[in-house]
Order: sequence, then C-alpha cells, then structure tokens
Amino acid sequence: MTEMVLAKQPVVSVEDLHVRFVMRDATVAAVNGVSFELEAGKVLGILGESGSGKSVTLRALMRLLPPVRTRIEGRIRVAGHEITAMDEAALREVRGTKVAMIFQEPMIALDPVFTIGMQIAETIVRHEGVSYAAANRRALQLLDMVQIPSAARRLKAYPHELSGGMRQRAMIALALSCRPSVLLADEPTTALDVTVQIQIILLLRQLQQELGMAVVFVTHDVGVVVEVADRIAVMYAGRFVEVGPTEAVIDSPAHPYTAGLLASTVLGSASGRRLETISGMPPDLRALPEGCSFAPRCRFSEDRCRAAMPAETTLTTERMTRCLRVAAREIDLAGPSLSQRKAFGP
Amino acid sequence: MADAAAALPADPAVALKRAQQGKSYWQRVWERLRDDKVTLAVIGVLVVLLAMVVFAPWFTVHDPYTGSALRRLKPIGTPGHWLGTDEVGRDLWSRMVYGGRLSLLAGVVPVFLALLIGGFLGVLAGFTGGLVNSAIMRLTDVLYAFPSILLAIAITGILGAGLQNTILALTISFIPPVIRISESVTTQVRHLDFVEAARASGARPLTIMRYHILNNVLGPILVYATSLISICIILAAGLSFLGLGVTPPSAEWGLMLNNLRQALWVSPFVAALPGVMIFITSMCFNLMSDGLRQAMDVRL
Amino acid sequence: MWGYTLRRLLYAVPVLLGVSMLVFALIQLAPGDVVDILVPPEVPKEIADDLRRRFRLDEPVYIQYVAWLSRLLVGDFGISFFTNRPVAEELFGALGNTLVLALPAAVLGFLLGVLLGALAAYNHDTWLDKLFSATAIIGVSLPHYWVGIVLVAIFAVVLNMLPAQGMGFEGIPTSWEHVQHLILPVVTLSLIPMGVISRLVRANVLEILSQEFVGTLHAKGLMNRRVLYHTLKNAAPSALALMGLQFGYLLGGSILVETVFNWPGSGGLMNLAIFRRDVPVLSATIVVLATIFVVINILVDVLQALIDPRMRR
Repeated sequence: MTEMVLAKQPVVSVEDLHVRFVMRDATVAAVNGVSFELEAGKVLGILGESGSGKSVTLRALMRLLPPVRTRIEGRIRVAGHEITAMDEAALREVRGTKVAMIFQEPMIALDPVFTIGMQIAETIVRHEGVSYAAANRRALQLLDMVQIPSAARRLKAYPHELSGGMRQRAMIALALSCRPSVLLADEPTTALDVTVQIQIILLLRQLQQELGMAVVFVTHDVGVVVEVADRIAVMYAGRFVEVGPTEAVIDSPAHPYTAGLLASTVLGSASGRRLETISGMPPDLRALPEGCSFAPRCRFSEDRCRAAMPAETTLTTERMTRCLRVAAREIDLAGPSLSQRKAFGP
Repeated sequence: MADAAAALPADPAVALKRAQQGKSYWQRVWERLRDDKVTLAVIGVLVVLLAMVVFAPWFTVHDPYTGSALRRLKPIGTPGHWLGTDEVGRDLWSRMVYGGRLSLLAGVVPVFLALLIGGFLGVLAGFTGGLVNSAIMRLTDVLYAFPSILLAIAITGILGAGLQNTILALTISFIPPVIRISESVTTQVRHLDFVEAARASGARPLTIMRYHILNNVLGPILVYATSLISICIILAAGLSFLGLGVTPPSAEWGLMLNNLRQALWVSPFVAALPGVMIFITSMCFNLMSDGLRQAMDVRL
Repeated sequence: MWGYTLRRLLYAVPVLLGVSMLVFALIQLAPGDVVDILVPPEVPKEIADDLRRRFRLDEPVYIQYVAWLSRLLVGDFGISFFTNRPVAEELFGALGNTLVLALPAAVLGFLLGVLLGALAAYNHDTWLDKLFSATAIIGVSLPHYWVGIVLVAIFAVVLNMLPAQGMGFEGIPTSWEHVQHLILPVVTLSLIPMGVISRLVRANVLEILSQEFVGTLHAKGLMNRRVLYHTLKNAAPSALALMGLQFGYLLGGSILVETVFNWPGSGGLMNLAIFRRDVPVLSATIVVLATIFVVINILVDVLQALIDPRMRR
C-alpha cells in the first residue's frame, strides 16, 4: 500500500542544495543551489566539465564527503529518507541498501587486497545478516547478472587480475548487491576503452530497466549522456543552468553554455562540422562572480548578466534554464541555422 | 573516528592546485617551510649547536681535558661547574660542548659519504637498468643481510677502534639503504612520461640524466639522508659507548656516557647527562627531516 | 604462492653465500692472523709457523674459505679461543637469552606502535595525533642505550625497585623475580620498534584513508570496524616488512642494550669476542645472526604475498 504511494512520489528529491568546503585559507563553493526530482525508473544525466560540482552533488546524495570540512545545506530526500537530517548510524543503513554508487575508476575504487567475491559478500552480510556462504551464492548470481564470464572463478579473483571492463562490471554487481532503488554513477565509463564503454552503458541501461531503478548519471561526455539519460541537467559552477528531456536539450539547447558544450562535441548528426571551443576558464569556486557565473565566457553577456545570478526560467513544463536573455526571448539558440550556434568567442 | 569518510578526492583539491600554479617548485617549498614553525625552530637549535661546537672555547670556561681528583663527580649546580664534573674531575659542560665536535662529525660525515657513494650507485643502477642494475642491487642485498648496527660493530670490532674506522664502518652500513632508495626513486622517475619522451626524441643518456632525473631524484634522496643523520649520531655514539669508537681521553658523548657509567651509583643524573645531548641532536635532525619531507612533498 | 616461496628461498642462497664471503674477508682484513692472537710474541717463529701449517693458514685464501664454509655448513663452528668450549654451544645459549628479551620487546613495541600509529591517523590533526606523533618521534630519537642507563638510574639506583644488571635466571622466566630482571631491558628495547612502527603505520593509514576504495567501503554502508579491518589489512604488508627488519635489529642490534644491562645474550657474546679477539666466536655470531635476519625477511616476504596478492611476482 505504501509502495503505491511511494511509486508516485519522486524517489530522489533535492531542494536548494549547497555544498561548501571550508579549508584553512579559503572556502570553496562547490554546489550553489541545486534542486531536482527524480522518479523511480528514470535516469537523470548530469553533464558538466570537471570542477562544475557534478561529482560533489552526487556524493552529497549519500553524504559521502569528508564530514569535518564539508558544509551541506538544503534538503535531500532519497527513497523516503531525509539524508541531510540523518545521523551517521542511520546513514550507514541506507548506504548500500536504498542507494548505491559506482565510481569512475574501479581499479582504485575496489580494495586491492580483498577478492571481488569477498567485497560483494561482505556488503550482503552487513545489510541482510545472512551467512557468508549464502552471501557468496548471491555474489555469484550477481556476477552472472552483470554478464561476467566464468563467474565462479572471478569471485576468487582480486581486482588487479581483471580487465578494466570486468572490474567495472564487478563494481556494478557490488552496487546492486542489496537491490538499491537509487543508483548513483560517477563517470563510470570515463576510464574505459571506447568499445568497453558501450558495453557498460548498454548493461547499465538494461539493468536499470529490469530493476526499475532511478539512476543519477554524472559525466562530462555528451555522447554518453545521450545514450543513458531520460533527462539532462547541465551543470556549471555548482548550479544547474539547464534541465530538460534529453532530446529537447540536445536538439534545441536553451542556455549558451549548453550550446557551447554541444558545439564542442562530435555527435553523430553533426560530424563533419568544425568543432568549436568555449573560450576562457571555468570560474574560481573560491570567489564566484556576483552575477551569472558563465557571463565572463558568454558572447551574449550584458551588464545586467553580471549584476545578479539569473533565476530559473521555466520554458515548458519540463524545461528550465538560467539565462536572462533566454527568459526575455532575446536569443534563441534553437533556431534553424546552425551558424547561430557559433555563439562563442573567437 | 571523526573523519572516517574523509579526503575523498573532491573538487577543492583541483581548485587549490590551480591556485598554486605559476609558482616554481622551490618557491612553494620555501613558502611551506616558512610557515612551519617547528622546523624553523629546530633548524635554529641545530645552528646554535653547531656554532657552540665550532666556537667551543667561547662557550666554556674550563679546559675539557684537565681534571682534578679533588673535585670528582660534583653534582649538577656546583658553583663554577653548573653541570657538575665527571669521574676524573673534568668540567662536564666543557666536555659536552667539546664532545659535540666528534659526535657531530661522526654523525654527519658517514651519511654524507654514504650519500655520495650510495646515491651515485643507486642512480646509476636505476638509470641503466639491466645488468648493471642487477650487479649493484644483488651486492646491496648481501650488505642488507646484516642489520646495520651489526655490520658497523663487526667492522670496527675487527679493524679496531678509532674515529676513522667508526666513520668507515658507519659509511658502509648506510650505503645499502641509500642505494635502495635512490634506485627505486630513479626507476620510478625513469618510467615517467616526460623522461620516456625525452628518450624517444633522441636526447643523449647523460643529458636526460642531468636535466630530468637529477632534478626529480635528488630531493627525495636528500630528505632520506637527513633522516639517516639522526640514526647515525645515535650509532656513532653507541660505538664509542661500546669502546669501539673514538678512544679516551677524547671528549665524545657516547664515550663520556661509557666512562660515567661506573659513576651511576654515585651520581646517577650527572652520569646520564651526555645522553641528553645525543637525544636532543638526533631529535632535531629527525624533526628537520620530517619538516623537509613535508615541505618538499616527498613520499618514501 | 608455493612457487613464489620457493623462488624466495632459492634467492637466499646467493645472498647467504655473499654474506659468508664478506665475513671471511673481514676476518682476513683484521691485523695479524689467528696464530698471532693465540701465541705470545716471544714464542720462536718456527713453532708459530708450524702452528700455521697445522691450521692450514699457509694455503691459498680461497681454499681456506672453502674449508671454513664447509665446516659452517655441517654446523661445525669451531672452538672458542678463549673458553675452549664449542662455539655452537656458547652461541646458541646466548641466542636463547637474547630471544628471552627480544620476543617480549618485539610484541610490546609492535603492538604499541600499531595502536599509536593507527589512532594518530584516525584522529588526524587533533591533539591525540600530535601527542602520539610526538611520542613516536621521541621513540626513534632516543639513544636506547642511554634510556637503559636512565631507567637504571631511576628504578634501580634512586627507587631501588628493580634489578639493574644481569639475567638472574636461565632459560625461560618462571617467577616474578625473573620477570623483574626483564622489565627494564624489555622496555628499553621496545622503544625504537614502537617509534618506527607507529610512524610508518600512521603515514600508511593516512595514505590508505585518502584512497578511493575507502569511499566505496563507506558507500556500501559498512560499519566503522569493518572499514578499520580493510584499512589495517592494506597497511599490513609494509608494516610487516618493517617489523621483520626491526626484529632482526632486536636480535643483532641489542648488543648496546645487552651491554648496559650485562645481559648474557648474543650481543654481549659478540662484544666479549671482539675484546678477546676470539675470531671463531665472532665470525660464527655474525654469520648466524645474518642468516637469521635473511630467514626472517623471507618469512616476511611470504607473509606479505599472502596478504597482498599483487606482491606474488
């Protein structure tokens, strides 16, 4: 009965999330007001450059950040749990059971001196209180599920004995070991060969649909996000600057930054075109500019852009962007001419 | 257990790195060193110690070698002899100050020599690899089979006591660890991308060695060597304490400790004094080594 | 794993051969030969030369070496010049006495070292970390022979609580009185291993805690104590390597502490042999200690490879 209610409610909901790192000589404002909701069975892709705060956002969803110098504000609900209000012990119950994470580089994300089987089994034993024998049987099924060949032998293997793709499959099996309802993926394909990347993406997509999980998928790779995400959030300097359904965002980017990202990427439809770059550097997160963080690099910027951070503007029911000039319909990046996308500096 | 999930590679590290760009490596080392009060203080103490030892006559009133049977084993605080006198009535303060000459000499010179010889052999082995590497490293393995103090004792024990043999013995004991460290650091650096690139672009071996390897290798080896000084001071004094180092009537901390041992039952605290000097000196070198290691961001 | 162990054992053979050559060479380097030591200078040269022939000292060095080595290999360490007793008897008695000191000192030093180091790392940058790090650096900076003297001054001379010298028993300690003899030398000996191990463990644990896989462990929702188990297992190989070295030092390097406490161990035996110019005892002691050191290091290597499969190369 309650499950019916839960299914209709978003399984992840984030309201006005701020994350700052307080260091001795500076405070880094990594995430500056992120809000979103995600329903069960859907995939949200967070797209951004390194340093945009996308990984920090992801880790904040599990509060997997160094507690001493991290300040988290805002509200995070994951699978019915108030993550921001929980104590450490309660959090440990949720981690691995309701919400699990896969990491960028499985070679360093797996413990080098424990076997794959042990690392999966200990999670099951921890959360379900079963015997190690039972946990090992489950681990074997999980390895089968992520399509690792001769799984029984791989259980006894150490991480360094597997190939990169196999390691990432093992990482996925580990994350899925207690049937989480939310899976967080932190650039899980970035460290892999291109051919292996595709296999892992297909596997993730298939498992996500079979298990009906909600997935937050963080990447800097437009090509990857297009393959996995139902919706895309483009992140810049700790804020979502554009959110919308994948197709809509890719076809008609609303924010100048999104357009720039797409123009600098080879996508199937656009190959043969000259690639463009976004001039300038991402902003210094220790001292963000007053106004729109992207203004210093934006060809369309005006004085009012530099005055205050633009508010979220709803374009359609499912699309949002933070750009004054888009809000005022002064620029339309989705126009028919591709040349108009050349919106960025020389 | 407060910081259990700490230090995940989050974005602030990237931000800081960016802020530090534009300064040279040595500039940053100097800045970190300048902020490290403990290390600065310790270096200050060592400088004062060195000055006292070198200009010993200015810091002492009594001759360190003449004693008097009339004032043997006076306690600490005796007028005229504020640290008391030793078993033949020599002023203990004078002997401690003068004793530093031989103790520091025997503590620093072997490390310096081991650094030259072992550093050369280690860098050579690491850089050439192959047969030369095997030859040098297998010989090192043999020397490594002796616990370092055992080797030093065996050498001085067989060759006889004296300052020269002490220095020789300690040098030989410290060469193997220096070779190992320099070899492993050089091998690591050799396989770094920029060195491979220099090699691929046809740079001559010696040029590569001078410009790329030495810059990146010298720091770690030097830091390691400073940490050896503290051990060397303790061992050098230890050899004298056994009667295998410098010979009487020289003033040397370990030897003084040995001579005063018989006085332990009469004047226990005077008898322990020379050890305080060994302790302070070796502690200072250890702290300095730690500070340098941190400032130079060296991992061993 | 067995292959690795076998290779490690085989590799010890050339190392030990090198050790024996080095010791033999050292003895050859000593001023004067055995006969000069044994025979008073006023004895006629013919008699001395006759002795040299009987000891086969007139033969080439390499033949002498082979003869010496083959005697060592069958366990014949010769007769002490000074006591006329078989060297093996003296040496193994002394080694036993040293073990009585070294074992408890190692256990104490290693346990304290791991504890202090791990606690300091887990409380990084707090007062506890500073306190334990200071303790560790004092431990490695103290001249241990001097600590022995100070402890004697305090507990034997001033307080008159514990015996200052000697072993006071044979074999294994069985009563409180025996243990009393052990306390001061064991505490003295444990200082260096404590300091060295705790510094290494602290640095290692800090390094491990900053690695990504610890994030995974927390993401799995594991309890702190399970995470600690992972951390310590990762820190174990390098800590074990250092423990092996330190145990070797305790056996071979305790000569200074044994001298302070007049302990009849292998260090004391070596010291006596040096001053008596008792060549058979001296060379046998060095060779045996070095062999033990090599064997300990092989054991450690194998243990390391058991814990960390990446080391089975």
